[in-house]
Amino acid sequence: MNAVLIAEIVILGFVFHALLISAAAMVWVERKVAAWLQQRLGPILVGPAGLLQPFADIIKLIFKEELRPAAADKWLFYLAPAISATCSFAAFAVVPFGGETTFMGLLDRPVKLQVADVNVAVLVIFAIASMSVYGIVLAGWASNSKYSLLGALRSSAQMISYELSYGMALASVLVMANSLSLTDIVNAQEGAWLGVLPRWFVVLNPVGFLIFFTAGIAETNRAPFDFPEAEQELVAGYHTEYSSMSFALFFQAEYVNMVTVSAVATDLFLGGWHTPLIPAAIGWFGFLLKISFLLFFYVWMRWTLPRYRYDQLMAFGWKVLLPVSVLNLLFVSAWVLYFGF
Amino acid sequence: MLLFYVFALVAVVASLLVIAQRNPVYSVLLLIASFGALSGLYVLLDAPFAAVIQIVVYAGAILVLFLFVVMLLNAPHEDTDEDLLRLKTINAATSRLRGGPMLFGVALASLFIVELLWALNRVTGAGRFDPAAADSVSSVAAIGRVLFTDYRFAFEVTSVLILVAMVGAVVLARREEAAPAPPARK
Repeated sequence: MNAVLIAEIVILGFVFHALLISAAAMVWVERKVAAWLQQRLGPILVGPAGLLQPFADIIKLIFKEELRPAAADKWLFYLAPAISATCSFAAFAVVPFGGETTFMGLLDRPVKLQVADVNVAVLVIFAIASMSVYGIVLAGWASNSKYSLLGALRSSAQMISYELSYGMALASVLVMANSLSLTDIVNAQEGAWLGVLPRWFVVLNPVGFLIFFTAGIAETNRAPFDFPEAEQELVAGYHTEYSSMSFALFFQAEYVNMVTVSAVATDLFLGGWHTPLIPAAIGWFGFLLKISFLLFFYVWMRWTLPRYRYDQLMAFGWKVLLPVSVLNLLFVSAWVLYFGF
Repeated sequence: MLLFYVFALVAVVASLLVIAQRNPVYSVLLLIASFGALSGLYVLLDAPFAAVIQIVVYAGAILVLFLFVVMLLNAPHEDTDEDLLRLKTINAATSRLRGGPMLFGVALASLFIVELLWALNRVTGAGRFDPAAADSVSSVAAIGRVLFTDYRFAFEVTSVLILVAMVGAVVLARREEAAPAPPARK
C-alpha cells in the first residue's frame, strides 16, 4: 500500500517536472526548427547545440524588473498569469500516458501511469480548457491597456468559437469508445488490422482528428490562429504589459498547453500507448514519440502558414468547422448505431 | 468531512462577497469561485459528472459572457464618492419612493429565511446518503437514459426554449440591417 502511494507521488512529481522541462525544451525546439526552416542556425552558443538557451532565458527573466502599469488592477494583474499557468498544468492531471505497470516488480500492485484516474476525464479536460480563457481575458482587462484588451477580446471570442468544434470532435470519439474515461478510450484502440494498420481512431475518424487538432491550435492561440498576440497589430496582445516572471508564466502556459493538447490528441486519436512494433512494456515510449511528432507539427505549422485575417478566422470557425464537426458527429453516431465500430 | 467545510465556507463567503463587491468584475470572479466550490461539493457527493458540467456550463461558458458584458460596458464602480454625494442630496426627495422597493426587499428576504428554516427543519439525519442512489446519478449512461425517457418532454421543451432564445438573439442582432445601408466607402 505504502509503496503504491509513494509511486503515485513520484508520478505526480514526475509529471509536474516533465511539463516544466517540456516547456523549456519546446522553446529550444521552436527556435531551432524556425531557424532551420529559414536557413539559419538558431541558438548555438549556450551549451551544446544551444540546448541550454531556454535556461539562460529563464535566468534572464528572473533577474528582470517586474513592472506593473500604474493604472492596472493590482490583484487581477497578478492573478491572471497564475490562472493561465494553473489551468495549463491542471489539465494534464487526468491524461494517462502509459498502461498499468509495477515498475519491473517493484510494486505488489500495478499503478496507472497518470496522476488522477477520473471517469469523466474527457469532460475535465474540456472544463479546464474553458477555464483557461479567464487568464487571458483578465490579463487583458487588468493591464488597462488597449492592446491588451483587444488581444484578450480576440482571444476569448476565438476560444469560445472554437470550443464548440473542439467539443463536437471530442463527442465523436466518446461515441466510438462508449466511455468518458481516457484510459477506456485508449484501450478501445488496442490492436491492429492485418498486423500493421493500427486500430487508432484517427484511421476510423480522420475528420474528427483534423477538427480536434485545428480547434486545438486555435485553443492554444498558436499560429496561424495567434490573434491574441498578433505582434504586427497588437504589440504583444494580452501580455503586452507583462514583464519578468509574470510574462514567463504566460509563455510557459502556452507551451504546456501545446503539450497537453498533443497528449490528449494522442490519447483520443493516436492510440495512446498502443503502438504497433513497440512492446506494451515500453508503451510510454510510443506515447512520447507521438506527442513529439504532434509538437513538431505545431512548430512546423507556425513557421509555414501566415496568420489568417480575423474575419477569416471567425468565418472558418462558424461556417466551416462547426457544421463539419456536427455532420461528423452525426455520421459517426449513425455508423456506431447501425454497424458498430 | 474537512473538505466539505472548506468548500462550503468558500462557497458561502464568495457568494456573500459577490454582492458586497463594488467592482462588477470582482463580483463575476467571486461568482466563479463560488461555482468552483459548488463543483467541489458535487465531487464529494460522488457525482463527478454534475461537478464537471457545473464548471463547463456555468464557470466556463455563462460567466465568460458575464465577464465580457461587464468588461465591454466598462460598468463603473458602484457607490463612488460622487455617487454617495449625489445620493445624499437626493436622499430626502426620494425617501418616499425608495420606501416601497425596500419594503418589498425586506419581505422577500424574510420569506426566503422562513423557507430556508422550514427546509432545514425537514432534513433529518436518517437516510440522507444512499450509495445506490448516488451510483445512479453519477453514471453518465444512467443520466442519459433518464433524460431521454422519463424526462423527454422537459428535455424537448428546454431545447425549444433555447432555440427560441437563439433565434431571438439573432433577430435582435440583425435588426439594424433593415435600415438603409450607408453609402459605400471609396
